[in-house]
Amino acid sequence: MTRFVAGRIGFYTLIAVLLAFFTIPLLWLATAPFTSDPTYEVRMPDFTSENFQMIIDHPYALWSLVNSLVLAVGTAVLVVVLSALAAYALSRVRLPGRDALLYALLLLSSIITGTAAMVPLFQLAIELGLIDSQTGLILILSGGLLPAAIFMIKDFMDSTPKSYEESARVFGASPLQIVRHVVVPLVRPGLATIAVWTIANVWGNFLMPFLLLSDVEKQPAAVIMYTLYTEGGQANLKVLSTFGLLYSVPVVLMYLFVSKKYGFRFHGGIKR
Amino acid sequence: MAQATSPPEARDDAPARRYSVDAAGLGRLRAGAFVAPALALITVFLVFPALWVIYLGLMNYRLTGVEAVNPKIVGADNFIKAISDPAFWDSTWLTFQFVLGSAVIGQVVLGFSIAWMLRDRRGTLKSVVEGLVILAWILPGAVVAFLWVALLDRDSGTLNALLGIPGFPWLLDHPMLSIIIFNTWRGTAFSMMLYGAALGNVPPSHLESARLAGASGWQQLRDVVFPHIRGHILTNLLLISLWTFNDFSPFLLTAGGPDGKSEVLAVHVYKVALQGGDLGYGAAISTIILLINLVVAVFYLRLLRSKK
Repeated sequence: MTRFVAGRIGFYTLIAVLLAFFTIPLLWLATAPFTSDPTYEVRMPDFTSENFQMIIDHPYALWSLVNSLVLAVGTAVLVVVLSALAAYALSRVRLPGRDALLYALLLLSSIITGTAAMVPLFQLAIELGLIDSQTGLILILSGGLLPAAIFMIKDFMDSTPKSYEESARVFGASPLQIVRHVVVPLVRPGLATIAVWTIANVWGNFLMPFLLLSDVEKQPAAVIMYTLYTEGGQANLKVLSTFGLLYSVPVVLMYLFVSKKYGFRFHGGIKR
Repeated sequence: MAQATSPPEARDDAPARRYSVDAAGLGRLRAGAFVAPALALITVFLVFPALWVIYLGLMNYRLTGVEAVNPKIVGADNFIKAISDPAFWDSTWLTFQFVLGSAVIGQVVLGFSIAWMLRDRRGTLKSVVEGLVILAWILPGAVVAFLWVALLDRDSGTLNALLGIPGFPWLLDHPMLSIIIFNTWRGTAFSMMLYGAALGNVPPSHLESARLAGASGWQQLRDVVFPHIRGHILTNLLLISLWTFNDFSPFLLTAGGPDGKSEVLAVHVYKVALQGGDLGYGAAISTIILLINLVVAVFYLRLLRSKK
């Protein structure tokens, strides 16, 4: 009995320590944006909206969120369309060297990381005139995410029945029509997974835009956030805390939406 | 699982089987056209840079100056410079500490402990703990880095207030410890979810019989649980080591400082190549990083194959 009680006490103590460890760093983000004169201290907020007004008046803050959205959505569209086409062809047609290709893709996507490739990517962007180009950044980000995306979506394609395509073909549909009207509806959850995965990746990505976009009007929120707390002088905590919150809310909402709609299924490589 | 009676091999040229081999009638040519755009992007922006980095490592390329216009091939000079440079070895040693401390010890132990403690619980407590751990993982890196700057601030940071030691400069006095604990906090979610899924596959009847035979908690773990999830542990170790090794977020917290005391290889490359302008030398270090990644990834893929 005493052992059981001691076990309970030990269990709840550990849980309390864990909760504290994971909560305490987040408290500041929850309180400071609503406090009139935020410091690094966590205080009871007085629920002012003045800090949000400052964000609206800030020259780059809101715009950088738009830039993040452009990069995330642009990359997601490109990755979803190209990976779906490629995965479909690889799933249905035995192209020569297909298995070797898939193996190579998986290997490449795990070893060529931003860290390992920052020097050549920076060089390449200079040579191709892609510095300060959002389109260029979207292409570079897509190139990095496509192998894993093809891999994930091919799993979905492999598990869909082929009989629908066969009947559509009997009725004279062209391959592209079959993809659009038969295959896409069947693998929609897979496509949604890839889209969410891509958006989450690009939304949080700091290194690539930090390297390749020097024009402050084109920089996404990740870079602006970093600039706000490192650039000389006293950091403006009103702007920083509120901006950090606004920048975080979309990923949290997206996560809640996904886990509610699909249940949070575990995908090995969902985050790089 | 091999089937007792396997169906006859499908032949591409047999008209009766053709539909199921190529259900939509794509044909190889169109299939190639479907794959081509994705492959083109991957080739230009992923494969080519990886190959080019090896070539760049053999050049004395610089960001500015004469070598920027007229780079020369210097052979293995950059690599020799790297392995004879104490800064490179310091950085490698710090990276080793970072991976061992925050991934192998921090995330694996903490992730497994949380999964084990919550294994047969349902309801609010489980969702709150898991939700918070996952929140630390999904928030943007630039935001969480600043949250830790605020937490560890020497004068009014929450940590010093809680410990009652105002003025203690965590990021200056213990930069490595700071980024190790930061990264443990940041990345535990992945291990927690992986072990949560793995523990679900341990047959409850085995645990039950171990309990009835009087096995203690630790004996149950050692004799029943670990043999079942050995594959998961290895997968987990390889993946998070690879990710942590390539993680750039220490830069957001300490920027490698003070005096390079937290300059892990990812930050070292950035500082040497893009801040210092020595692209050739940076490329040589990148090549070394690529090779280390390759070794870990090949291990991982072999493991996946042997499971199948």
